[in-house]
Amino acid sequence: MTDASALLRFDSTAKSYAAVVAVANVSLDIDPRSFVALVGASGSGKSTLLKMVNRLVEPTSGRVLLAGDDVTGLPAPALRRRIGYVFQSIGLFPHMNAAHNIGIGPRIAGSPLADARITELLEMVDLDGSYATRMPSELSGGQRQRIGVARALAGDPEVLLMDEPFGALDPVTRDALGDRVRGLHETLGLTTVMVTHDMAEALLLADRVLVMDAGQIVADETPASLLAGGGGEIAQTMVAVPRDQAARMAGLTA
Amino acid sequence: MTDVFAAMLDLGDKLAAHVLLAASAIALGILVALPLAVWASRNQAVARIALGFASLVQTVPALALLALFFPILLSLRAVFGEGLPTLGFLPALLALALYALLPILRNAVTAREHMEPGVLEAADGVGMTPAQKLRLVEAPLAAPYVMAGIRTAAVWTIGAATLSTTIGQPSLGDPIFAGLQTQNWTLVLAGCFASAGLALVADWLLGMVERGFARGKRVLIWAGTSVALVGIAASLWTLYGPTPGSDDRGQTIAIGAKGFSEQYILARLIGQRLEAQGFEVEYRDGLGSAVAHSAVANGSIEVLVDYTGTIWANEMKRTDNPDRDMMLAEIAAWERDTSGTQVLGRLGFENAYGLAVRQDLARARNLSSIGDLRALAASLTIGGDPEFFERPEWIAVREAYDLQFRATRNFSPTFMYNALVSGDADVIGAYTSDGRIAADNLVILGDPRGAFPNYDAIVLLSSQAATNAEVQAALEPLIGAIDVDAMRAANLSVDRTDAEKLTPDVAAQQLARDIGL
Repeated sequence: MTDASALLRFDSTAKSYAAVVAVANVSLDIDPRSFVALVGASGSGKSTLLKMVNRLVEPTSGRVLLAGDDVTGLPAPALRRRIGYVFQSIGLFPHMNAAHNIGIGPRIAGSPLADARITELLEMVDLDGSYATRMPSELSGGQRQRIGVARALAGDPEVLLMDEPFGALDPVTRDALGDRVRGLHETLGLTTVMVTHDMAEALLLADRVLVMDAGQIVADETPASLLAGGGGEIAQTMVAVPRDQAARMAGLTA
Repeated sequence: MTDVFAAMLDLGDKLAAHVLLAASAIALGILVALPLAVWASRNQAVARIALGFASLVQTVPALALLALFFPILLSLRAVFGEGLPTLGFLPALLALALYALLPILRNAVTAREHMEPGVLEAADGVGMTPAQKLRLVEAPLAAPYVMAGIRTAAVWTIGAATLSTTIGQPSLGDPIFAGLQTQNWTLVLAGCFASAGLALVADWLLGMVERGFARGKRVLIWAGTSVALVGIAASLWTLYGPTPGSDDRGQTIAIGAKGFSEQYILARLIGQRLEAQGFEVEYRDGLGSAVAHSAVANGSIEVLVDYTGTIWANEMKRTDNPDRDMMLAEIAAWERDTSGTQVLGRLGFENAYGLAVRQDLARARNLSSIGDLRALAASLTIGGDPEFFERPEWIAVREAYDLQFRATRNFSPTFMYNALVSGDADVIGAYTSDGRIAADNLVILGDPRGAFPNYDAIVLLSSQAATNAEVQAALEPLIGAIDVDAMRAANLSVDRTDAEKLTPDVAAQQLARDIGL
């Protein structure tokens, strides 16, 4: 059964669009301070499951509890201000500079951030204070997503949701930003749920990996147990890809 | 060219009225379009219906749209009471606002459709309420596109507003229409330049605001908006501010005129007499026959010169043709009973429709009466003013003499005579009081069967003016005072194109002297 101390709880949560089942009856607890990766192929339902937490998607049946509160019982704006959200297309507001983008959540909640806090948030994502006045069109993709992460953290969220956060970035930036987020997860004591289709990224960043297929969770393992062959056939097919790549690259240097 | 600029300097009031009308119509268009665009962005069906309706409105010619508001407002009087204006500012405002709707609405909806989905998702994701999302994200991102729509709407509206002259709203169309009717090209050009100049200035100012929104430069937004507002304020001041040397004793009397020279002259003659009595006077020029009559009947204008045969056939739908005294008595009774309009009396001349031909054609084909046309008609083109072929009198004449012409062509009254002289028409439905009949050596064909009714010019007073003894006293001396020769001379003085051409205003003063008033 589920653990009473869970920060985030899915309770028979399901979502279907007309005849298509996107998420089928998922029950799941996520502990505070854990870094959970949701891995699966396109259409496996992983993004849908994630978006039911901040109600960008409403469940067809079942519940999602955040710190014990049924999320559908809260006004959506109030709920979302408790949750950091980072996603692949970033969605920086093009008419606002970096500082305004970062500070938007606290501002609309009625407690605008001080300049010092903006600078602090910029430094958290390895950007110096001079970026505060830059417009999104003046930034590279990686810099934009750093601002996106800073924006998600600006309101001291209870949970950080990330939907393919590094999917559009070049590999070097992607690696650096992944490490940075993992570091922030530790230092800030965050609870993080990250959706990705990249098993290597999941294995390297998360301390718990959930594998989704056809709307179901088919594996729920630590990276170590997945690498040791656990989690079943679908999970192992996914683990095999980076493992084979690593082996082939090792062969090239031999 | 200096004449044109001089004429433009006299257009202050028209320009001010034009600015206020166009600005009000654009403002109303914005007021309707923006909430509609917001609703449309949240509901596909609303978007389809709203854009479909706005596009449909665009396909109606502006002139027709303006004219249609007259009957619409007339029928709405059942709901809003008799005080609802049916001519002038209100119908012009509504028609032009409808016209302004499409570009604003379409640009706003398109801007919303093309907004990056990621940005909208982020707005939700950071916890914006729908109102915050609209104010902080959707509105600022749509603003440059909406401004571009407003710019287009402004240019269209300023152009189309010239047509509001035809429904009795003063605008820069007044000099254009008046100039067109009296062949005063200086006046036409002055109106066109003023209207085009206004459109360019508005486009430039709104373009500045648009760039301000696109580049996030508040200075441009404020500068463009302020100058536009100063222009509107100046227009308000021109029209409604205190006028030096005027006292507020006189009430304003609106005098109607249909779109031909005789009507312009008679309206000025009436206006000059009323002004001499201390009344303020305004002219509603260029009205269509039916609109003009309804306008005096419902009190939108106070005074109109109309013609017995026109009322008899068009308004009373009568097809018989009694003698002129009996006709006048019946019309007076009918006007009194249907609307309280008073027939003050005959001016003393008749302006009948008559079929006119060139003298050379009349001689060659031995034409003296309408009946003589019958055998020839199939090879001839007949021209008439824009309403002529729709009028019951024409249908009566056509049937009485069994006429089948090769073609019918519409001309503005000004060009109808030119068309006859140039051969673009062989026969025209001329006005018998027109000075150009004699000047152009035209022959009016006889009407032995009496198919054209009598067209005595009569003065109509609205029910309100009918109770005003001062108005009656001022106009009483005109009754029976103008014979057809005096009217023809006055008409020709305005219609001629040589150096002796007069404005309707001066021609009216001349006419007053000629008839000893």
